[in-house]
Amino acid sequence: MIELQEVAITAGTFSLHNVQLFVPREQYTVLMGRSGEGKTTILEAICGLRKISRGRILLHDTEVTNWLPGDRQLGYVPQDLGLFPNLTVEAHLQFAMRLRRATVAQIRDRTSELAELLGLTELLGRYPRGLSGGEAQRVALGRALSFQPAVLLLDEPLGALDDDSRDELIHLLKTLHRQTRVTVLHVTHSQREADQLADVIVRLHAGKLRGSDA
Amino acid sequence: MTKTTGQEAPRLAADCNTKSTSVGSRRSDIGFFLVTGGLSASFVVLIALLLLADIAFASFGQFANVISKPEILASVRLTLLSCSATTIMGLWVAVPLGYLLARFRFPGRWVIDTLVDIPIVLPPLVLGLSLLILFHLPFGHWKLEHWFSNEAGLAITYNWPAVLLAQFTVSCAFAVRTMRVTFEQLDPRAEDVARTLGCTRGQAFLQVAMPQSRRGMVAAATIAWARALGEFGPILVFAGVTRMRTEVLSTSVFLELSTGQLDAAVAVSLLMVGLAMVVLLILKVFGPGKSQ
Repeated sequence: MIELQEVAITAGTFSLHNVQLFVPREQYTVLMGRSGEGKTTILEAICGLRKISRGRILLHDTEVTNWLPGDRQLGYVPQDLGLFPNLTVEAHLQFAMRLRRATVAQIRDRTSELAELLGLTELLGRYPRGLSGGEAQRVALGRALSFQPAVLLLDEPLGALDDDSRDELIHLLKTLHRQTRVTVLHVTHSQREADQLADVIVRLHAGKLRGSDA
Repeated sequence: MTKTTGQEAPRLAADCNTKSTSVGSRRSDIGFFLVTGGLSASFVVLIALLLLADIAFASFGQFANVISKPEILASVRLTLLSCSATTIMGLWVAVPLGYLLARFRFPGRWVIDTLVDIPIVLPPLVLGLSLLILFHLPFGHWKLEHWFSNEAGLAITYNWPAVLLAQFTVSCAFAVRTMRVTFEQLDPRAEDVARTLGCTRGQAFLQVAMPQSRRGMVAAATIAWARALGEFGPILVFAGVTRMRTEVLSTSVFLELSTGQLDAAVAVSLLMVGLAMVVLLILKVFGPGKSQ
């Protein structure tokens, strides 16, 4: 569950006031809105990458407003992915587990599991510069899910993909959600994406959020 | 979507070429290349001629004779040691400072930014004089120079640490500039994601930003080393030129010239040219934007 209570965010000349958002536990929620309305800003605030000037942020009933991003235990896939140019696909999948000092066996098993689930087995030795858009997206998704977070935040994950890759990733996201029951908040401006994926749709319009069941 | 038909193409071409240029007339880019090439060549040729003149002036026998003199060997030793030490010291400062300036907006940032540039724009002699004043300015009965002498047993002024400090002050400023540009060119998003994966800021810096800045660090190190090699004014004022003690290659050239030993001055200069070329070669091979 993700909850934003009367959150205000100021970023330069842009600001959001009194944002109220409730993302139900284990549901696939799509946050829709036009470009520049603050969807990414809201995701960054939930991650802890952007300070909020007022209000509270709760993850699974725990207030995390002033927590460091790394302590919030959430997976985040930004729009531009933010892959690490100097690391292989395998190292991406293992990055968070190494930080958590997982055992060698745990790291090996989880890497195989993720690689198989995301179709990355053949790409484990590659670096980000050698990946297609769809492959890079799957690596970012695998990296975000590697430490089994309870919450997954996706920022326009299908935006830069061709139709085939998009359909493939939609299928993959559905499968992942069904298998892991992770609470997802997916940001997009595409109604088609929302229709195909969402349990719940929330619309951001002029800084106000309105929710509806899909 | 608009389709371009065979009939439309000539009409579009005619629209673009509204004046005298008709289809089939030939133009040339030779003028462009003559002007840009000529202007560029004037500088490149000047530098090449400078080096060739030095080489033509010195004979190999004279060169070997000069660089085997004990005072020149001591100068080479101190130059290599001091340049390397100041480069390491410079990187220790430049990497964190460059990162802070590139990534964060904080009160007084512009003051730090300006202060870092001062050694670059200040006349070298003024910098040396400022160092001299700093170490000898009395605060009551207390002086920085005396404090170092009494507490660490180390005289700074007119001694080898003064060479290091004079070189460090200038070369570090160049290293900071280089590292700042390096970090500004790195997408901060990867560090943001690393933080959501469990990294603290320090871990994101060490595990994500630093490995990506490897080429920038090589560039900063080589630029700092080369700047330290060429440093003269601050060393002259703050460290003096004492043979076998504070003499480095740049001051060797000055000493040889001032005693009328032009052949020796040219031989030392050639040695410095050789060292500079090695450093530039390292920069070309390992530095950012590896040239083809």
